[in-house]
Amino acid sequence: MLRLYATVAAGGFRRHATYRVATLAGLFTNTVFGFVFSYTYIALWAERPQLGGYSMADALAYVWIGQALITVCGLMGGGFEDELMERIRTGDIAVDLYRPADLQAWWCAANAGRSAYQLLGRGAVPLLIGALAFGFTLPDDPAAWTAFLLAVVLGSFVSFALWYLVAMSAFWLLDGQGVVQVAWLTGLFFSGMLLPLNVFPGALGEIARALPWAALLQVPADVYLGRYDGGGGLARAYGFQLGWLALLLAAGRAAQAAATRKVVVQGG
Amino acid sequence: MGVPLIELDRLEKTFTVRRRAGLLRRERREVRAVDGISFTVDRGEMVGYIGPNGAGKSTTIKMLTGILTPSGGRLRVAGIDPARERTRLARRIGVVFGQRTTLWWDLPLRDSYRLTHRMYRIPDDRYRENLARCVDLLDLGDLLDVPVRQLSLGQRMRGDIAAALLHDPEVLYLDEPTIGLDVVSKSRVRAFLRELNAERGTTVLLTTHDLTDIEQLCSRVMVIDHGRLMYDGDLAGLHEAGDGERMLVVDLARELPPIDSVPGARFVRADGPRQYLAFPASASAAPLVAAVAAEYPLVDLSVREPDIESVIAKMYGGTREGRRESLR
Repeated sequence: MLRLYATVAAGGFRRHATYRVATLAGLFTNTVFGFVFSYTYIALWAERPQLGGYSMADALAYVWIGQALITVCGLMGGGFEDELMERIRTGDIAVDLYRPADLQAWWCAANAGRSAYQLLGRGAVPLLIGALAFGFTLPDDPAAWTAFLLAVVLGSFVSFALWYLVAMSAFWLLDGQGVVQVAWLTGLFFSGMLLPLNVFPGALGEIARALPWAALLQVPADVYLGRYDGGGGLARAYGFQLGWLALLLAAGRAAQAAATRKVVVQGG
Repeated sequence: MGVPLIELDRLEKTFTVRRRAGLLRRERREVRAVDGISFTVDRGEMVGYIGPNGAGKSTTIKMLTGILTPSGGRLRVAGIDPARERTRLARRIGVVFGQRTTLWWDLPLRDSYRLTHRMYRIPDDRYRENLARCVDLLDLGDLLDVPVRQLSLGQRMRGDIAAALLHDPEVLYLDEPTIGLDVVSKSRVRAFLRELNAERGTTVLLTTHDLTDIEQLCSRVMVIDHGRLMYDGDLAGLHEAGDGERMLVVDLARELPPIDSVPGARFVRADGPRQYLAFPASASAAPLVAAVAAEYPLVDLSVREPDIESVIAKMYGGTREGRRESLR
């Protein structure tokens, strides 16, 4: 079974690798937005130094990590849910369903391949450009990189589990665009893509940091910035991600089971 | 007697359709897509499953693959209840949906086959052998490294058929396998299916709108309409059941009044010296020809077989009228 899903993941990787121009266009967009956000943050942090406990350099690193993880951790759309929902709407999902493979595991593997490609294609370069342009420091310790990478991998899986749940709604709604837009807007804010969640005060901040979207960017970025260092901090970060991952995957499975049991495959 | 591979016993599938009826009120309506169908298919048979759009063909196929759960009745494929053991069954059946593809859209054909290899856990030597055979017979050699999105419809269909056969399925379901294909592609697909059935004994169940598929491939045909089995038998019998008529076309020496004195024949129309006489498909043409030749200056003649299209159209027409009748 593992070999099957490894093949699916490899396919997911190569599928996205075939669209080189799209990758370049995406890179360009990420970089432009990186600059726009950077200057906004510089203005903000000049006015309010140490906002959210971040130094100016940390804040800038945060911006570029965000740009690097947009597609990897599906901050603005998981990158697969449109395709999956379209397959449900048109009934092509029938083809996926009769295969001797699990639907969720299949899409999870394909998405892992996609994420891995995006990490190389659209993750590494913006981070490097940002570091060169704004002079924030990259960790020089391999252990720090490993810790960061693990948080990113977990973040991308949490993102998958979230967007899979969103996509499952198409079984009931047929046109899931409304749900996607709500999910998109929620993710944009609660992932910390616009501003770090640590900046928000009081109850709003507490809630935002406890929601699953925090696992996509806020947690990996804080791991990168060394905020979880020492005293089992990393275990807390990973535990938070794994907890949401398990919960959301289970919810996705339940939705999938309900869908395949009850819902008519369209186009019969 | 063969061994039944597919068994349906009063199989039913009912869908609930909600319809808006007024501002807030919603009407629930039950649609019986499959309404008590029973049949068995023996190992090695090649069966056509035909009917108009919305007759319940695809719904039946979906239940046979296990992706739809029947609302009632009993269903077994190779001794397996499809809905309960979908994954186990999937290893023993192959499915081709003509309008959908199992192939990986953005990647070369070869990658999809590699995936099939893993998915069905096909032993390596078996996989290589089957792939080589399909590539040879379906002429896929030049296409293996082409991304699926660049394939023509006919090429893609051949690619899909190969993908469905790499794991040596006992049954192959084909849902509209020749839809949208040109004549050459159609005949290539048909030749391959004939060979598959003859050499490997693969049981084939195919739905189609193209009756030439049936004529050329299937010894048995089932007609379904409104979720019910209207006919199950051979092609010749279908002509009779549909009250088919054959046409005797006679060329006379000169223009003459309509031939109306020959028993068993019905004058249809005349076209100069050529006259068209209809007679029951089950009757022999010989006495008719003899009778015409005895009384008229016969120059040439031909017999035209009815096409199944019109036979089936007649049959559907019959059931619709029958239905209306019963409603009264």
